[in-house]
Amino acid sequence: MSRRSPRARLAEAVRLLGLAIVALAWALPLIWTLAVSFHPPDEPLSASNLWFGSQPTLANYGQAFDIAPFAQYYINTIIIVGGILVVQLITISLAGYAFARFRFRGQNLLFFLILLQLLVPSSALIVPNYATIRSLHLFDTLVAVMLPFFGSAFGAFLMRQTFKTVPQDLDDAARVDGASWWQTLWHVYLPPARPAMIAFALSSISFHWNDFLWPLVVTNSQASRPLTVGLAVFTQLGEIGAQWPLVTAGTIIVVGPLLVLFLLFQRQFVESFLHTGLK
Amino acid sequence: MEKGTIPMGHHQPRAKRLSLGLVAAMALSLAGCSIGGSPSPSNVTLSFYYPVAVPGPITQVIDGYISQFEAANPGIKVNAVLSGGYPDTLTKIETTIKGGGTPPDVAVMLSTDLYSLVDSDAVQPLDSQIAAAGGDSFLGDFYPAFLANSKYQDHVWSLPFQRSTPVLYYNKDLFTAAGLDPSKGPANYAEMVADAQKLTKADGSQWGLEISSDGIPYWLFQSFVIGNGTNVVGSAPNKVDFDDPKVISALQDFADLSGKDKVMPTGILAWANMPNDFVNGKAAMIWHSSGSLASILQQAKFPVGVSYTVGENGFGAPTGGGNLYMLKGIPSDHVAAAWKFIQFMSSTDIQADWSKNTGYIAARPASYQTSAMKDYLAQTPQAGVAPEGLQYAGAELAAHDNAQIQKALGDAVQAVLTGKSDASSALAAAQQQAEQILSAFKD
Amino acid sequence: MAPIQVRPRRSRAAAWLPYLLLLPTLFFVALFTLWPTVLVVHDSLFRSDSSTPVPVFTGLGNYAALAADPAFRQVLINTIIYVAVTVPASVVLALLLALALNRRFRGLGLLRLAFFYPAILPMVSAATVWLFMYTPDYGLLNVILGIVHIPSQNFLGTPGLALGALMILGIWKQTGYFMIFFLAGLQGLSRDVFEAADLDGATRFQTLRYLTLPLLRGTTLFVTTIAVVNAFETVDQLYIMTGGGPNNSTGMLLFDLWQTLFSFFDLGKASAISVILIAVLLLFTVGNFIYMERRTTYE
Repeated sequence: MSRRSPRARLAEAVRLLGLAIVALAWALPLIWTLAVSFHPPDEPLSASNLWFGSQPTLANYGQAFDIAPFAQYYINTIIIVGGILVVQLITISLAGYAFARFRFRGQNLLFFLILLQLLVPSSALIVPNYATIRSLHLFDTLVAVMLPFFGSAFGAFLMRQTFKTVPQDLDDAARVDGASWWQTLWHVYLPPARPAMIAFALSSISFHWNDFLWPLVVTNSQASRPLTVGLAVFTQLGEIGAQWPLVTAGTIIVVGPLLVLFLLFQRQFVESFLHTGLK
Repeated sequence: MEKGTIPMGHHQPRAKRLSLGLVAAMALSLAGCSIGGSPSPSNVTLSFYYPVAVPGPITQVIDGYISQFEAANPGIKVNAVLSGGYPDTLTKIETTIKGGGTPPDVAVMLSTDLYSLVDSDAVQPLDSQIAAAGGDSFLGDFYPAFLANSKYQDHVWSLPFQRSTPVLYYNKDLFTAAGLDPSKGPANYAEMVADAQKLTKADGSQWGLEISSDGIPYWLFQSFVIGNGTNVVGSAPNKVDFDDPKVISALQDFADLSGKDKVMPTGILAWANMPNDFVNGKAAMIWHSSGSLASILQQAKFPVGVSYTVGENGFGAPTGGGNLYMLKGIPSDHVAAAWKFIQFMSSTDIQADWSKNTGYIAARPASYQTSAMKDYLAQTPQAGVAPEGLQYAGAELAAHDNAQIQKALGDAVQAVLTGKSDASSALAAAQQQAEQILSAFKD
Repeated sequence: MAPIQVRPRRSRAAAWLPYLLLLPTLFFVALFTLWPTVLVVHDSLFRSDSSTPVPVFTGLGNYAALAADPAFRQVLINTIIYVAVTVPASVVLALLLALALNRRFRGLGLLRLAFFYPAILPMVSAATVWLFMYTPDYGLLNVILGIVHIPSQNFLGTPGLALGALMILGIWKQTGYFMIFFLAGLQGLSRDVFEAADLDGATRFQTLRYLTLPLLRGTTLFVTTIAVVNAFETVDQLYIMTGGGPNNSTGMLLFDLWQTLFSFFDLGKASAISVILIAVLLLFTVGNFIYMERRTTYE
């Protein structure tokens, strides 16, 4: 790279400023939402009264919690996301191991069948999956939200790739030592697969935390609704018109903790996205 | 197995509640009050689904009513389940029934859901119970407009619970400033346009009128139609009347507001934004639900007038909101208890209290004569306007396959308001579409 | 030292073991992907709605009805427009941002964060925020327009603007996500090639066109695939912001699918729409794959 001439430095500064402005524009929606959530509820919003209002207040947050059980929604979401992840980690490890280290009849066919899950997204199948859930009498349960995702083709292939990088010798050595298949899996394959599993976990968590349509379709009461559906229902209390201070407070309640967590674990988050992507 | 019977917060020990109930019952009977003539059923637990469309501590209010009911009816317990919005309640019930589960005993659903519910055999008629309670004289205690969507195939299927109509809100200060009489709103469409023209500023900072057309456009449109002397509702649930000349004229009236007369902003206005625009002074008049009164009064820094929505002939409005239905397929020993609950929730005092708490119009005229309501009206006289307007109200659009029929009409309204089509072609297309959908239903 | 008992390798237990290991995954994939796909194709051939509680075979009747329905044609057009605009826009913008941010400077982390955070928000919350942003008069967007003396626009209530407004939201939400992928791609490129090009006197544009872009092909393809699938699955913002209106100008496939079953109770048509959505996505994925294969064999 050439040395920095004053002109280059100025150009650099201008570019930086430009970027900063664009970045600010990107962040503005969130900043504004946060500000309005403190706006006094009975002061109407107008072009001249857009932000905190005459005296910022926490009243909207209190009312939001009164109207909608956000705590319940958080618990539901955590159970759903956690439940899906735990089962997924088990199924993908087993499946990945099978594909990575075994030769068996029908192997390619089974691989292809599982691959189909990547070609037909679950959102296109809500109609028949909804019927399945109903016939299993699982409508309006947390399990219904989790069930379709227990098997993950993406995870299985990820584990397969990862396991394939483990040297065969280690596997053989374990066998010679008398290890059973699950001992081999646990002690030889899983430890080096940790980064991939963490990456997969972050990807799964963020997908299912933010999933909306499927939970909307299979849940119907507060006891089983996650945050996304809870927030949507909350914003649809439309009979009397938009109550923006209230709705923005509800929105912050839903995204606030997420953002804080993200801020703290920024690097891991970003790196995990990269890890899962580039293959 | 039943997904609906998850108790929501009712965890007091049964023994305690039973004894409370007995004491209350004894006290009441000593006071000379009789609690229904028939012997009460023993130990029945009802499940009750209700939707919420307004923010506020609704669950607490409902829980309060239930405690009252249980105290007066020992042996009957009620599990109330807040089931989301109206569509959620309907979906949940249809799903439970189709999935072979047990439906709730009583549910609040839109009055216009009637045909869908009867088509899917989800509800049972209330004829025998109403007859035992006094028949026509019993029904006569309710506002007739609110019963308009309850009758089908010579049966009565529901009783009103949380009902509303659109009303016209106007800014009295702006009226005075424009030289208009702030004590009353416009009496018909022509007057409304004339008033709005005086209230519209050329620079766009103030509009005379705002009427929304997103979401369910057919509802506010029905005000124009009913105020024009007709209705879009057909003579039977498999008939609609979208292309009557008066309906076409009504739609043209709606479109002219932003088109020819320029008293309203162009485009599709959002229901959710109307109250904000009103209290900001951007719109001098808006059409909105009677239930928005409390929140508008809370935010407006000017005196608020309430009047009626209009068409060419004068006042006119559809009704809206939800009724109490008794579901089919509930155990036979629940039926009597469910009827008691329905009667209780649609009774004079409960309706008065519910109206005060939510802004819905009480189902019975008698509710407005209670002392509690009279005190409230003394403080908030505007709340008395909407019930008076029920004399000008007509049935809300309801037919088989309701959602699609309503969308057909709503699309026509939006097409004309956005200039994509003219009123008569749009309505002709909507009529054709509706007839095609309804032709599958034999009535 | 090896223990006394030596287990035979790859015999006995090994025969059925892989099947057992695969069973859980296979079970769920079969139940929630394979079987439903068959079911939805089957159901799309029957008329099944409020007037026809017992399904009646109708062949391609549902598809014919959809093709004849102007509202559905509008939905298809909207969906295609949305995909055709948001995908290139987000990918190009993401690449530009990545190029701009691909250097060390103070505040890089903060800038990166500012662009990336929308990706971790649930779409329903982003849609709620932007519903507010687009409100006439006091919505932030109109306030900003007001500063430059452009009159307030009814973004979500004007058929010509509403889809564009949704596209802006879509781009805002996912660009940062793609930017991160491009950043990683850029940082993975070896410096030698660029230094050689620099010594040869290549302009910045030439470097970009003949060096950077081809080297980033894999990332670009990956990011584009995600963008396309996301675009076809647009639904959350429609639920919150427009309900498919005004005048069907923002109706899109997945939302239409949901509405057809859950508002209109038409199982036959909803299944047909599902099949169409699956077919479109398959077409794209397979086409993408073939394109990728062809390009790499040319290298």
